[in-house]
Amino acid sequence: NKSISQYTSETKMSPSSLYSQQVLCSSIPLSKNVHSFFSAFCTEENIEQSISYLDQELTTFGFPSLYEEPKSKEAKKELNIVAVLNCMNELLVLQRKNLLAQENVETQNLKLGSDMDHLQSCYAKLKEQLETSRREIIGLQERDRQLQCKNRNLHQLLKNEKDEVQKLQNIIASRATQYNHDMKRKEREYNKLKERLHQLVMNKKDKKIAMDVLNYVGRADGKRGSWRTGKTEARNEDEMYKILLNDYEYRQKQILLENAELKKVLQQMKKEMISLLSPQKKKPRERADESTGTVISDAEEDAGELGRESVWDLSCETVREQLTNSIRKQWRILKSHVEKLDNQVSKVHLEGFNDEDVISRQDHEQETEKLELEIQQCKEMIKTQQQLLQQQLATACDDDTTSLFRDCYLLEEKERLKEEWSLFKEQKKNFERERRSFTEAAIRLGLERKAFEEERASWLKQQFLNMTAFDHQNSENVKLFSAFSGSSDQDNLTMHSRPRQKKPPSVSNGSPICTSKGTKSLPASPTLDSCQTRPCVSEHNSVSVLNITPEETKPNQVGRECSSQTWSVASRPGSQEGCYSRCSLTYTNSHVEKDDLP
Amino acid sequence: MNFSEVFKLSGLLCKFSPDGKYLASCVQYRVVVRDVRTLQILQLYTCLDQVQHMEWSADSLFILCAMYKRGLVQVWSLEQPEWHCKIDEGSAGLVASCWSPDGRHILNTTEFHLRITVWSLCTKSVSYIKYPKACQQGITFTRDGRYLALAERRDCKDYVSIFVCSDWQLLRHFDTDTQDLAGMEWAPNGCVLAVWDTCLEYKMLLYSLDGRLLAAYSAYEWSLGIKSVAWSPSSQFLAVGSYDGKVRLLNHVTWKMTTEFGHPAAISNPKTVVYKEVEKSPPLGLGPLSFPPFRAGTCPLTATSPESKYEVASVPISLQTLKPATDRANPRMGIGMLAFSPDSYFLATRNDNVPNAVWVWDIQKLSLFVVLEQLSPVRSFQWDPQQPRLAICTGASKVYLWSPAGCMSVQVPGEGDFPVLSLCWHSSGDSLALLGKDHFCLCFLETSEGVREALGQRASQT
Repeated sequence: NKSISQYTSETKMSPSSLYSQQVLCSSIPLSKNVHSFFSAFCTEENIEQSISYLDQELTTFGFPSLYEEPKSKEAKKELNIVAVLNCMNELLVLQRKNLLAQENVETQNLKLGSDMDHLQSCYAKLKEQLETSRREIIGLQERDRQLQCKNRNLHQLLKNEKDEVQKLQNIIASRATQYNHDMKRKEREYNKLKERLHQLVMNKKDKKIAMDVLNYVGRADGKRGSWRTGKTEARNEDEMYKILLNDYEYRQKQILLENAELKKVLQQMKKEMISLLSPQKKKPRERADESTGTVISDAEEDAGELGRESVWDLSCETVREQLTNSIRKQWRILKSHVEKLDNQVSKVHLEGFNDEDVISRQDHEQETEKLELEIQQCKEMIKTQQQLLQQQLATACDDDTTSLFRDCYLLEEKERLKEEWSLFKEQKKNFERERRSFTEAAIRLGLERKAFEEERASWLKQQFLNMTAFDHQNSENVKLFSAFSGSSDQDNLTMHSRPRQKKPPSVSNGSPICTSKGTKSLPASPTLDSCQTRPCVSEHNSVSVLNITPEETKPNQVGRECSSQTWSVASRPGSQEGCYSRCSLTYTNSHVEKDDLP
Repeated sequence: MNFSEVFKLSGLLCKFSPDGKYLASCVQYRVVVRDVRTLQILQLYTCLDQVQHMEWSADSLFILCAMYKRGLVQVWSLEQPEWHCKIDEGSAGLVASCWSPDGRHILNTTEFHLRITVWSLCTKSVSYIKYPKACQQGITFTRDGRYLALAERRDCKDYVSIFVCSDWQLLRHFDTDTQDLAGMEWAPNGCVLAVWDTCLEYKMLLYSLDGRLLAAYSAYEWSLGIKSVAWSPSSQFLAVGSYDGKVRLLNHVTWKMTTEFGHPAAISNPKTVVYKEVEKSPPLGLGPLSFPPFRAGTCPLTATSPESKYEVASVPISLQTLKPATDRANPRMGIGMLAFSPDSYFLATRNDNVPNAVWVWDIQKLSLFVVLEQLSPVRSFQWDPQQPRLAICTGASKVYLWSPAGCMSVQVPGEGDFPVLSLCWHSSGDSLALLGKDHFCLCFLETSEGVREALGQRASQT
């Protein structure tokens, strides 16, 4: 490419082309060369021609003319030095640019060359790879073929073996028949011999065959032997059938006994199932399963039917279908119930600790921590304010002039401090008030709790009495009881938390105003906890305190949300719900108070 | 546990009377009757030849002594020593003799099984039963002694005849669907007769008393079949041991298989207890599993054979097996012995190609309970008739006892070696006769309570 351009420029035989050729050939032309070159181009004699030539050339390339603009057509063209110089400069710039471009092109060329090499090597490698994989494929194909061959052989062998087995079995069978045949033949012969022997031995009045007995003894049963008659035969038959009958009767009795036992078990199970399952109907909202609801009602109907003892005494035929259906239904309910319980358990497990009181303690700790932090902050604020005051006082004593100078500032400062002080006091008062409200809530809750416990105890007692009486008509009570006993987790929980719950009321009863104590004994109940947390939450965002939406609580208390949710799931209907709402009322009050704060 | 002195014996003929008062033993041609408690000789009878078979009548009043070689049967009365009875079968010969359950008739089988002669001790009457079948167990009486089932063979077909024992009248006669009937046995309740085919074919047939076929059971084909059969005392189960080394339990309602007990040589179930008998170097102290010492002075212990004790082996364990020669007839394989405990709670079995081991199965749980591995092949075992207690003998001079509480190995004291080849329990379960080739002795166990206590202690020690 390069050489071609060189040649073309050479053919032109123009000085510039020669020059360019020179330039191209030697990237860094020596000044000497340049000088000699120029001397060759322009001599003393042909200055004019050279100039005109150059002018022509340059104008053709778009440079301004080297000559001055002729004033008239006749006037001789004057060489314009400025134009020459400009041209020269422009040429030089151009040349530099060209050189740069050339360099770039060269590097690019080199790069391309190396790229090319790389690609070529890549190509070669890939080709090699292709070859090897092709070889591999061939090898695998060969192996496949061999394996197929082997497989075919094995199949053949298997078939042969099967044939062999078949053959052997046939042989065995034929041998067996042959053996049996031979046996029969032999036996016949043997029988013939036996017969013959019998005739020989028995029929010949063998004197020897005899019994020599001193005297005959009586029969074991004391009876005399009876003649064999048709009567005895009939009696024997009768006796035999009697024996058989007795055996069958015995077996039937046993089966009946077993059946009765099983029925009893079934009945008991059914009763227990009914008592266990029916209370689910009480909470249709929680157990939103409509299908089970209907099933339960069915089951209850069945229970009413089957509860009658007479049904159980019927033969299985008539009751069987009914019975199995009801059992199946109840079993299904039980299964779903157990599954539900399982789900709950797993959910609780996911949330970490199962026990609510643990969560409440955590909450309480968080709460106290927060309060402590606030107290700390307040203390610090007081300290800094005091320091500032002292400093200012000290400076005032030191320098009268400065004091005078700063008098106005000090006054201002004092004013501000006073303001702050009052603000702080107010805040403190608010805190106190808040605490008092908490203690009040605690007291109320404690009372509520106590009342609930009592209620529950009485319920339980009643239930127990009902249970022992086993009165079927009082199934309502039984149901409720089993609702409690059914969810054993909850029950356990209440059992565990009962001793601790008893404390708060006693404390608060004794000193309802003792706020610090009250707050410390608070953690026992989860409801209290939840109302404790809310105010703190709302403190941070003072927007409409009265309606606390879940969105508000979310950013601060994520874990709390979960815990409160679990609480609501596990909560029993009744007094606790009310307690919860009342607590929320108390803290809303405190919010209103807080809202006054700047 | 006390041992009596050693008495002479021949032919392993030593039997307790059914009422448990007497003990009869044979020494050559003499029959000695002893009081079980005092072991004093009450009667001594002299037979005409060496006794080959001896049997008490069911009422314990008579003793039957058969001398097969001479074709003779002699009967002795316990109440009247001067009373005697001799039955001569003459040229017909004699191969088997037994009492009928009423104790007043004797059933003699002639040579070649030509016939069975029923001799009465009350009357002169003699009955003949033709065509008895020569087989393993061709005669069987019901427990209550009312009926006799007899296998017969006529025209290459098997038949079963049921007789009323009181007057030997034929009650039922029916052919059985067997190739070659090998044995039969009444259920303890006397209402079902189990009939099984020869070992060439696995076939178990169950007939009602009135001859109806209740069920037929076959576990497999083409291989050697049934080897041993046992009814549970409650008649609820029929255990069938076969040559494939398995016991199959059939139930009495559907007569189908309830479960299958395999007897693999490797025991891997950790719930199974494996007691392994190990030798103990002689004068060492008594290990935890051997029984307390015998009354000092009365029975000097001369340790001619090494003592042994049981150790609880840790599972998994593999038992010693015998490679049976399958190209010979009657190969030593399969379940050769099986017996239910009297309360039907346990089943003891022996697999003949694991001859040193006794398997005890729990029938309530239908699973393997205990395996006892002895040092030498188990000769015989028998359950205590009163409680679940198993006595085992192996031909060594020891007796082994197992109960759910544990097991123990007891050296039989006495001069010289006393290999115990067989044993039989007294009906009360308080004593045990240990029979050797030439001698026998009695082994008195403590009262059942005492033993139970001792066993309990042993169990707690281990």
